[in-house]
Amino acid sequence: MDEGAIEIRQLRFGWKPGECLLSIEAFTVGRGERVFLHGPSGSGKSSLLGLVGGVLLPQAGEVRVLGQAWGELPASRRDRFRGDHIGFLFQQFNLLPYLGLLDNVLLPVRYSRLRRQRCEEAPAIEAKRLLAALGLEGEALLSRPVAELSVGQQQRVAAARALLGRPELVVADEPTSALDEEAREAFLSLLMQRCRDSGAALLFVSHDRRLAEGFDREVALSALTAAPGGVQS
Amino acid sequence: MRAALALALHSVWNRRGTALLTACSIALSVALLWGVLQVREGARNGFAATVSGVDLIVGPRTGPLNLLLYSIFHAGEPTSSVSRASFELVARHPDVAWALPLALGDSHRGYRVLGTTPEYFLHYRYGRRQALVLAEGRAFAEHGELVIGASVARALGYRPGTEAVLAHGLGEGSFAEHEDRFRVVGVLAPTGTPLDRLILADLDDLAHLHGATQSASLTAFLVGMKERPTLLTMQRALNEYRGEALTAIIPGVALNDLWRLVGVADRAMLAIALCVLLAGLIGMTSTLLAALQARRRELAILRSVGARPLDLLGLLTLEAGTLSLAGALMGLLGGRLIIALLATPLESRLGLLLEPSLLDATSAAILCGVTAAGLLAGLLPGVSAYRRSLADGLSMRT
Repeated sequence: MDEGAIEIRQLRFGWKPGECLLSIEAFTVGRGERVFLHGPSGSGKSSLLGLVGGVLLPQAGEVRVLGQAWGELPASRRDRFRGDHIGFLFQQFNLLPYLGLLDNVLLPVRYSRLRRQRCEEAPAIEAKRLLAALGLEGEALLSRPVAELSVGQQQRVAAARALLGRPELVVADEPTSALDEEAREAFLSLLMQRCRDSGAALLFVSHDRRLAEGFDREVALSALTAAPGGVQS
Repeated sequence: MRAALALALHSVWNRRGTALLTACSIALSVALLWGVLQVREGARNGFAATVSGVDLIVGPRTGPLNLLLYSIFHAGEPTSSVSRASFELVARHPDVAWALPLALGDSHRGYRVLGTTPEYFLHYRYGRRQALVLAEGRAFAEHGELVIGASVARALGYRPGTEAVLAHGLGEGSFAEHEDRFRVVGVLAPTGTPLDRLILADLDDLAHLHGATQSASLTAFLVGMKERPTLLTMQRALNEYRGEALTAIIPGVALNDLWRLVGVADRAMLAIALCVLLAGLIGMTSTLLAALQARRRELAILRSVGARPLDLLGLLTLEAGTLSLAGALMGLLGGRLIIALLATPLESRLGLLLEPSLLDATSAAILCGVTAAGLLAGLLPGVSAYRRSLADGLSMRT
């Protein structure tokens, strides 16, 4: 198993036939590698994330995650594969408002047996350990409705969810853009550490190049894509 | 599926304000539907309970429904009469246990007066073979004595001892008032049957008013057989009797025919109740659909952790099912509460016999039916969530 965490080859993608929003000759993220992908908003980031997550399929070329090409799997297997191997972290509003803090972190193990099995202890204990490592501790905090948490706390809960059950790949889409500078740096270093701990590859997408420090590699989306202008987000 | 159910419950609970309103609208329509079914059942039972323990109603040659209407429901006018001789003949027949003569034609302030014999109180049965009970006083025994029904007593304020003048014919202030004064001696307990609006007097006593010593003709008469098996033979014999053109009917059969006639109204009520239920379900569906726009992030989050679009369809459908089940339970309980509070006045005033059990087949059917309909209605927002999640994927566009 020395396939990369993500391998993209000769990818072409558009929402309509004949349209080409994204065209990537080759892009690879190695296992355990932490890659900063720089792309201004409107550069096709969302489409790329959809393609990496196997929610969208390219018109041409292929996207492989852990050696598995998305296009070779039927739709429901793609959903399971995503749940088993990828942790997602979004810009904001990462949490389900009707679930408690802990239940939000435990969401992946509801759908993925593999990630439940990979927890070294009971998932709830593992989740608490992860939350503690991300600086969220104490029964009082854990029992608070998620809507009452600060944005920084919410993002850390989401990070714990993305890491629970040791997925091989964590994909983060501007997870710090709603945070102030101080919180941003603290969050970033925590996220990097935890990914290193679990051995997960990290694809971090942001428009803010100042955050690139500490990553193994920095790549600009504009350097990858050869698509003509007017790329849709 | 268990994950989806747990999520659905959490999600519904999170929106408990709207959820409660939605469930209430379903509860109201379920209560209405159940109430209509109860009233229908009660009306049918009450209808069938108008007369019981009577094996045959015998009258002049006429249609069975007509005979039933004027002899038991005291509605409409008898077109002709039966001779006293025929009555005596039947009454003395060895297979006959008893026969009660009925003579209608007089009234008091709009209430019909039924001429019969004191045996009426002995043999007449209604409901579940309940005998007539006097709430006050006693049965008529002597000249000029009346027993009045419960509604008559309540409406006119009559008690034992009140004097009344009977009129020939029907209707208030009927022409030709008789001279003789009558006196109320007894008041019947409420029966919930047409009997409540009746005044009873001695047949021959009434004949006096018309200047005869004994009434020569009757409106109809009721017959009780000693043995049920002889009933059909007796009915045929009476219908084919050559001495006089007679009609003999079995009350149960005629009541059924009449019910089929009246049943149209109750089918209409049922249709309305079903429409209200449909409106409740449509309301729930539109609430769920409207909320879906605001839930697109939630759907994207679930997709990102490995939920299939089918799981999202299940989630929305289960939410609808949960709301419907809760609504149905609330409606059935609320309906019972209301009927429990209203049972007594309904029975005594309207003759509606309502006695819902805690769990009957009807309620179980409503519970299952409404929940199933709710799940079905939930497919609409479910499919919408399915399609949205396919189109949106993981993007957090709102």
